[in-house]
Order: sequence, then C-alpha cells, then structure tokens
Amino acid sequence: MSVRFGLMALLGEGEKYGAQLRAEFEERTGGTWPLNVGQVYTTLDRLIRDGLVAQNGDPDSEGRIGYSLTPQGRAELETWWATPVDRSSTPRDELTIKLALAVTVAGVDVQRVVQDQRTATLRHLRDLTRLKHDVLTRDATEHRSRDLAWLLVLENLIFAAEAEVRWLDHVETRLHQESLRAPAVPLARPTAIPEQEVLR
Amino acid sequence: MTEPLVVLDTVSRIHGEGATAVTALDQVSLAIAPGELVAVMGPSGSGKSTLLNVAGGLDRPTSGRVLIEGEDLTTMGGADLARLRRRRMGFVFQDYNLIPSLTAAENVSLPLELDGERISQARRHARHALDLLGLMDLSDRYPDAMSGGQQQRVAIARALVGDRRFVLADEPTGALDSHTGEEVLRVLRERCDAGIAGLLVTHEARHAAWADRVVFLRDGRVVDTTGTDSGVEGLLTTSAGGSR
Repeated sequence: MSVRFGLMALLGEGEKYGAQLRAEFEERTGGTWPLNVGQVYTTLDRLIRDGLVAQNGDPDSEGRIGYSLTPQGRAELETWWATPVDRSSTPRDELTIKLALAVTVAGVDVQRVVQDQRTATLRHLRDLTRLKHDVLTRDATEHRSRDLAWLLVLENLIFAAEAEVRWLDHVETRLHQESLRAPAVPLARPTAIPEQEVLR
Repeated sequence: MTEPLVVLDTVSRIHGEGATAVTALDQVSLAIAPGELVAVMGPSGSGKSTLLNVAGGLDRPTSGRVLIEGEDLTTMGGADLARLRRRRMGFVFQDYNLIPSLTAAENVSLPLELDGERISQARRHARHALDLLGLMDLSDRYPDAMSGGQQQRVAIARALVGDRRFVLADEPTGALDSHTGEEVLRVLRERCDAGIAGLLVTHEARHAAWADRVVFLRDGRVVDTTGTDSGVEGLLTTSAGGSR
C-alpha cells in the first residue's frame, strides 16, 4: 500500500489540513507507519497533479490549507476499498533469506540461529500481547474507534509473530528429520563452487 | 527480589531402567515467583506434561528437588504430599474435569470440603473465587448448562479456591475456540497479576505470550528461555487513545 491511498482514505471523510492528515494517519495505524510532513505534502502534490485531490482556496489565518477529494479521487478510493490487496509480489524477508543461507553455508549453527530467533520472536509476541491486554482493559469510551484501529494493527502483528514461531518450529523439525535421514552428508554444498574458483 | 514460590532444582525424570530407560526431563531448573506466569512450550514428547506433573507433585522426579514455598515435595510421604497438593495447588486441564451432577459453586467448593472444611465455610470461599472471576451468575448452574469457556473459568475458580497460590494449567485452551481461549488466558493472567504463581503448558505461541516467560523444552532439556523485553514498546511509540 502506498501513502497515497492512506491519505485518500482520510480525505474520504472530508476536508483536512496536511498536518492533520499526518497526525491522523499515524494515530489510526497505531504508529506502525510513521510519516514525515515532507512525505505528506509530496504525496498531496502528486494527488493534485493527477486530479484526485483539490486544494480548497488560499491558506487560512494560521497558514493552513484544506485539501479534499475530487469526484475522480472519490471514484479511485472506492475502487481501492473494493480491490483485494495483491499478495503475489511477496517482499523479501530477511529471516527467510538468513535461514536459507544458514543451511547452505558451512560452519553456521543453524539450530542456534533458529532458537535465538524464536526466543526473540516469542518476546516480541509477549510484549504485543501485553499491549493488547492494555487496550482491552482500559476504559475505551472516549476513543472507541481509535482503540479498535490500534487493536486490529496489534492483532495483525500478533498473528504474524505467531506464524513466524510456527514456521521456526517447522524449520527445527525439518532440520532434525534431515539430520536423521542423512547424517553423513553436510547440508552445505561446497561442490557447487567450481574448483578453479577455490584455487584462485 | 521476591522469593520464588516454586523451585525446580536440577530435576530429572527417567522412565524405565537400563537399555530401555527414557529420559523425560534432563536436569531442568526453574523458579516461579508469586505474581509470575511461566509458559512451557515444546514439541510433542519434549517433556512439557512431565514437567507440569513433577512441579505439581503428581509425579516424583528421579533426581533433583521440587520446592513449594520452601517445602521439598521429593522428601514428603504420600499423605503429606496429597495434603500439600489439596491446600496449595490448583490444576486446570484441557477437558475442565467438572463433576456433572454438581453446580458450579459445589464444584468449586468440593476440594475444600474433601479437605475437611465445614461446608458453609467452603461455600463461602467458593462464592469468593467465583466472584473474583466474574462468575457469580453461574454459581447455581450445572456444567451441561454452561459453555466450554464458562466451564473452564469455573475450573480456574476451583483451582484458586481457598489459599491456593500455585496454579498449574495443562493446555487449558485446547478445547476452546480462539476468542474463548483468549478470555480464559486473560483470567489466568489477571489472577497471576493479583499474586499467584502460574505454570502453563501450551503448544500455541499466541497463548504462551500471555506469560511473563516462556521456557522451551526439547528432549527433556530447556533449550530456550525468554526473559527481557523485545523493545516493542519503543517500536510502537504511538497508540490510538495515546494513554500508554
């Protein structure tokens, strides 16, 4: 998702100022995606250029400029809400690459890498759960919708961390099975390196 | 530093002898302070349930010591051990183990009545335990008139009734849906925050995350222990409502 649609979603509620857009975006996403003011105004300039957002008159007495969606912007926003997020272009994940390399590079204690990562992820999961418990137990009458937004972000992070722990358990079992199947064969593949490369 | 309520000191449990001996626990040490909830995770056969049984005096270790509030379970006779279990510990299992012909209040007061307490006194303690868990409305209900989540909360009330200060829970959410399971863990968490010590066996990382610490077992040995903060508080600096 781009910042573009985030700002358009907020402008779907009505006219807002640039600084207001930045503050509301961070507040509603639980601070997981901090924006700087420069990003907000650059994105607004592009949205104006593309005819999706309009600037409403001159700055007010405090120098603030109001922005709102054009009819074309409103249609674009409706399309965005109605279109599933594309998951086919999976971003590169450092942990996946690290473990893929760990099983192919000689001398790496893969078991240790897995265990250390699981410990860190379980701590992360515990801390996220504490934050969730705080949200669930505090008096939320004043900030009900914002608490709900924060809760959804937290639960997304909790499910992601849980999935990572399950995957690490699976990796550990897979490594164990491989070691039972072929204990004499190292997981690293030094033969993949051409002999002349080694000699050079 | 708070004195630990529960101590496992280099505990081993070996089943069988000689060539057929199986080591279920291998020199495990663990301390749980009042107010602390510790989760035990690990693959099947890693020793999770053996650890819980040994900590709860349901099984005796082959070597090592198990101390509950300073009293060594491993040197106690059977009658003393049974008395200590009845008075100081509570158990929560996956399948609730409530007696179907008794109401919630009667189920909760039963351990005290079996321990010789007057019925009126036992019922008063039971009502207090049910009240702590927000279950007073259910006190006259029979188990078959309660949902799984309600039955498990009654089972937690039974585990906490009287002066029990150590609760051992073996997969307490195993028979519950995700949301109800979470409610049960919140209750357990809140009782630990109020001062009891808890030991939770689970295979779900999301459930273990309600604990202060997670001990990870493999082949009867502790291979991982989580402890300090992950830094998530610093990562997520802004929350909706802003009251953090």
